[in-house]
Formats: sequence, C-alpha cells, structure tokens
Amino acid sequence: MENLVYIALFAPLVGSLFAALFGMQKKNAITGIVTSMLLFISFVASAILFNHVMTVGPVHVRMMDWIMAGDMLIPFGFLVDQVSVTMMTVVTLVSTVVHIYSNGYMDHDKSFNRFFSYLSAFVFSMMVLVMSDNFLGLFIGWEGVGVCSWLLIGFWYHKEDVSREVNPSISPSWAANEAFIMNRIADLGMLIGIFILYWNIGSLQYDVVFAALPNLSDGILVAAAVALFIGAMGKSAQFPLHTWLTDAMEGPTPVSALIHAATMVTAGVFLVIRANPLYSMEAVHWVSYFIASLGTFVAIFAASMALVNRDLKRIIAFSTLSQLGYMFAAAGLGAYWIALFHLAAHAFFKALLFLGAGNVMHAMDGELDIFKMGGLKKVMRWTYLYMGLASLALSGIGIAGIGFAGYFSKDAIIETAFNEHTYILWVILVVTAGLTAFYSFRQVFLTFHGNERYHEIGAHPHEMYTYVLIGMSPLAILAVIAGFFQDWFEHFVTALLPEYHMSEHTHHLSWILGLIVIAFAVGGIVLAYVKYNRGLKRNEKLEHSFVYKLLANQYYIPILYEKIFSQPYAALSKFSWAVLDQKVVDATVDGIGHIIKSTGDNTRKIQTGNLSDYLRWMAGGALLLVVIAFVAFKLSQGAN
Amino acid sequence: MIGLSHYLILSGILFSIGLIGVLRRKNLLMLFFATEIMLNAANIAFAAISSHYHDMAGQMFAFFVIAVAASEVAVGLGLLVILYKKYGTLDLDMYTVMRG
Repeated sequence: MENLVYIALFAPLVGSLFAALFGMQKKNAITGIVTSMLLFISFVASAILFNHVMTVGPVHVRMMDWIMAGDMLIPFGFLVDQVSVTMMTVVTLVSTVVHIYSNGYMDHDKSFNRFFSYLSAFVFSMMVLVMSDNFLGLFIGWEGVGVCSWLLIGFWYHKEDVSREVNPSISPSWAANEAFIMNRIADLGMLIGIFILYWNIGSLQYDVVFAALPNLSDGILVAAAVALFIGAMGKSAQFPLHTWLTDAMEGPTPVSALIHAATMVTAGVFLVIRANPLYSMEAVHWVSYFIASLGTFVAIFAASMALVNRDLKRIIAFSTLSQLGYMFAAAGLGAYWIALFHLAAHAFFKALLFLGAGNVMHAMDGELDIFKMGGLKKVMRWTYLYMGLASLALSGIGIAGIGFAGYFSKDAIIETAFNEHTYILWVILVVTAGLTAFYSFRQVFLTFHGNERYHEIGAHPHEMYTYVLIGMSPLAILAVIAGFFQDWFEHFVTALLPEYHMSEHTHHLSWILGLIVIAFAVGGIVLAYVKYNRGLKRNEKLEHSFVYKLLANQYYIPILYEKIFSQPYAALSKFSWAVLDQKVVDATVDGIGHIIKSTGDNTRKIQTGNLSDYLRWMAGGALLLVVIAFVAFKLSQGAN
Repeated sequence: MIGLSHYLILSGILFSIGLIGVLRRKNLLMLFFATEIMLNAANIAFAAISSHYHDMAGQMFAFFVIAVAASEVAVGLGLLVILYKKYGTLDLDMYTVMRG
C-alpha cells in the first residue's frame, strides 16, 4: 500500500517535470498525453487506496525525517484516511478530466507545454496538502497550490492592463498578483495558528495535536481556531478576502475549473474539516458559529452578485463562492461530513459547468458576455446537455430522495441549519437556493436559448472536439448520480469524522423542509425561463437602478479596496522610494563613495613620478614616526 | 678622551649629510654615494656600540651591511648603466613617466 501512496502522490510531479523539459519549446502533443496518463495513474492509485481505506483502514507512511533541530522533530509523513482519500480521489478524478480537456482547449496556445507543467505541479501540491500528516506539510502544499494558482491565473501574462470599466480584472498578471497577495495576508493567519499549536503542544502531527487539545486553555484554543480559519478564509475566498476569486477567471478556463472551483478553493473547507477536533471543542463554539454565519452570509452575498453579472465565467465563479459559503455553514454547524460531501459533489458539477463554459468560450472565439450569445443549443448540443445537467445539479433539483448531486448535499446543509435551530441561517440559505437556481438558469437560457445574438459580433460557433466531450462525461455522470451515494458516504467518512444526526423533530419535518427548498429552486428556474427563454429583453430602467448597479459593481468593494488599501499603499511606496530610499539611503551610500573619490582626486597630485619627491615624503614620514615614538616614550616615562 | 658619544655624534652627522644628499641631489649616481654615506654612518654606530658593550654582534652586523652594500652597488650600477643608455641622462627630474 505504501507504494500506491507514493505513486498517487508523485505521478503528477513526474508529469510536471516531464512537461517542464519541453517548457520553452513549441507545442508538443506528447506533454499533454503523458501528463494526462500520469494523472490517470494517480487517480487509479487513489481509487485503490479508497477501497483499501474502506475495507482495511487508514494508511500512514513516514517517508523521511524532515526537520530535526534540538527537540524539534518534524517528519515528512503522509496520512491516507477517510477524509484525505476522499479528497485525493476527487482531486485526481477532476484533474484527469481537466487534463484531457486541456489537450483540446489549449490546442492553439503557443505555451501548451508550459501549461501542462504548471497544471500537474498544481495537482502535486494539492496532493501534498491533503495527504500530509502534519500541519507543516499541509502548509507546504498550501503555499504550493498558491504559487501554481498564481502561475496559472497569470498564464497569459503578456496581456496589457486595461481600465476597470473595460475589464473588471484589469489584466491576467494583475489578477494573479491580487490572488497571491490576498492569500499571503491570510497565510500569515494560518502560520500564526500553526505557531500557536507548536508553541503550546510541541508537535505538529495531527494525532498528537488533536490528542493534546483538551489540555489547552480556552484562550489558546480560540486563538488557534481563529488564526487557522483566517488562513482558510483566504484560500476559500470568504468575505472580506473574496475579490480575488472572480478576478482569477482571467486564467485559462480549465484552470478555473480545476483550481478555482473544484479543488484549491476547497482547501479552506478541508482545513476546517481536518481540524474538526479543534473546531468541535466547547471553548471555540462561538468561532464555529461565526464560521457558519460568515459562510451563510457569503452564500447569499455572492449569489446576489451573480444575479446581474454578464460574464459567463464570473457568474460561475460567484456561484463557487456561494457554494463555498454553504460548505462553511455546514462545517461551522458541526456537520463536517455533510460539508465534505457537498465539497465532493460540488467539485463534480462545478468543474463540469466550467468546462462547459470553456467550450462556449472556445466556440465564441473568447467572447464571454452572455448578452451576446443565445441560441447556441443548435450548434452545441452536448455542451448544452452538460451545462444543463450541471446547472440542475447546482440548483439542487430533486424530490423524494431522487435527484441530482446538489439536491442531496445542499439539502442536507439547509436541513442542518434548521436542525441547529439557527433559523435565520436557514431562511438565508433557502433564499440563496432560489437565487442559485435563478442565476444558473438565467445563464443557461441566455447562452443556449432565445434569439441568436452572436451573429452581430460575427462569431461562428462550433462544437468542441469529440474526445474532449467524451472526456467530460465522467463528471456529467457523477453530477447526476453522486447524490445516491450519500448514505454510503456518510457511513464511510463518519468512521473518522464526528457523526451528525438530525433530531427526531427535524426528521419528521424533513419532507416539508425539502419541499420548501425545492419550491424556491423551481421558482428560480421558472422565473429565469419566463424572463430569458425567448431571448434577451433589456430593461433600461432596471439596469440603471441603484440596486442593479450596486450588484453589477460587486457592491463597489473592489473599488473600495483600491481606494482604502491599494492607492494609499502605492502613495506610501512612492514616498518611501522618492524620499526615504533616494534621499536618505541612496544619498548616504553615494556620499561615502563621493568622499573616497574626491580624496583620491585631490591626493593624486602627490604622485608626480619624480623619485626625489617620493624620497622627501618618505623622509618626512620617517621623521614624523621618530618624533611620535620619542614623544610617546617621554610621555610614558612621565606617567611612571 | 674619545668616548661613545663622540662616535654616535659623528655617526649622526654623517647620516644627516647622507640624508640631505638623498633629498637634495638630482643625479642618480650622487644618490648612490649619499646612501653609501648613510650606510657607513650606521656602521660606525654599530661598531662603536659593539665595542662599548663588548658584544660582537654589532660588528658582525656592520660586516653584513658592508657586504650587502657592496652587492647592492653592483646591481644598482648595472641598472644605472641601462637607464643611461635608455634616457641619455641620470637626472631624476627627467624620469617622471609614472606621473599620476
């Protein structure tokens, strides 16, 4: 089993290094094929490990001792248990599909090889993140995915910066830096959390840390929980660190599907689930409640912005944010296995949705404005089917135990909110479910139904390559059927995670609760159908209303951040450069140089080239030494 | 009676004459003569002090100095000949090629 762990972990790294060999050369189809094959191997290894964990139990390997200094010992070990093997399987499955997809999508890109190198490097980092058996290894993976995310968002780094009115993300390199910097801010919180744990426990191994938690004082527990959650907030783009995620859509679409929807952004949720013994402590219950409240807030906050957005990928990005909010709501309320279940289900249908969006974008020559599409179902039937299925799954359509993946996972979260008697959260989550259905189908209808507005911009849409469509099918199947594994999945992960059961009362009411959610979801779809099925009818009055503008501008938060943080920081940097650096630091250093140079200039007259002059200097110097020696001798005699 | 101080004063006078010669003279050959005077001033001091303290080390040093001075003159005169052939003069003021 140990070998399988290493194969699952290192196959993507090998693929990445292989593709990197061809990094600077022009497109070489073999890089795409080899990396995809290695990813598939990694997936198979993960699947076998999944089966092993299910039948036999967790696998814990210790590869080597990593840091040994004094009393400090941090081994480099990997833990494959119910939680990490779920993540491994989801990550490698989605990655394999995305790799296959990218072979078609990046077909015409001149940096084809470089792309695959980065993409596989990302998967390796993500595997380190989920498989590590200690917080430091997790942090290494955490930073690794951050770097790969930066590389991939800024993949088309050569694009020029434009104003915020033309493109809200300004440029790929700008968006990449924004994502990286925001994550750095959150990572500081995460590091502090790790320091607090190490300082008080003396180990970073999960098992040691979790066993030692009951001995810690309440203050330390709260501090560690808050600090670790700040790290999770950055990676999972929770308010107020959420603006980077939508701007990250500047990266190639497969990247958005893999990193900014299915895997990396769920790392924050994974951290909370992994650290569930900490977040379940009685002392930190209000931190957990805060997590649930923040998650609920982000769910409706992001959904509201998606309602009016016109950019296909940004709508899906907002929906990712919203669904991450759902996951945090579940984790905060103590239903860790439900959070993990929604994480896995969401990964499937959200990746599918993004890859479908990539097909549309490919067909429309890079156009993403859904107001300029319409009627695409005639030319893109498979993509229409996939995106329709994914949207149904996202909206949580289903009834009486039969439905799409999202029906099971999201309903369970909403039911949890009811079960915990947090009725305000419950109401917000139900409303959000309605909003989710509306914006998902607004996008589907505007893209695929109605009048064909794409003729106006001269696009000639065409369906994606067949092998790409076949490659996407596993995700489509899982988006439909993943929900039926709910009971089996619960049984599997609650061997590790705390069990969570609905109370008798909730159980009795569950059918009516489910009906309310479904009513909202179907209501949203019907509303979208009525408004958009027959084509786009612009409502000038609505579009100029205050609320519409507020939502379309993301509550003016990006502009606010620019005014409050970026611009003062830029002014401060300019001041430091022009005044502190140039006038103080540089002036000091240059001054020393000037003194030495002018001394040399002034004294070089001595060097006349005439031996007599040199002899005079020498005699004068010798005489001076004799005088000094004489005076010093006299003085020392006088002192005695 | 001639004592140690007389010898040392003689040595000092000779050394000063040699030093002034080194500083004032412009002819390289004269510079050599001046340095020889300085060396011999030192020899007189060595010999006088050696005799005064009944220690042979000073006289041995004086012999060494004479031997080294002789070989130095041999090498130095060889160089002078080459310099004269090259510049046609022994005047120090004419040799300012290393001016900074």
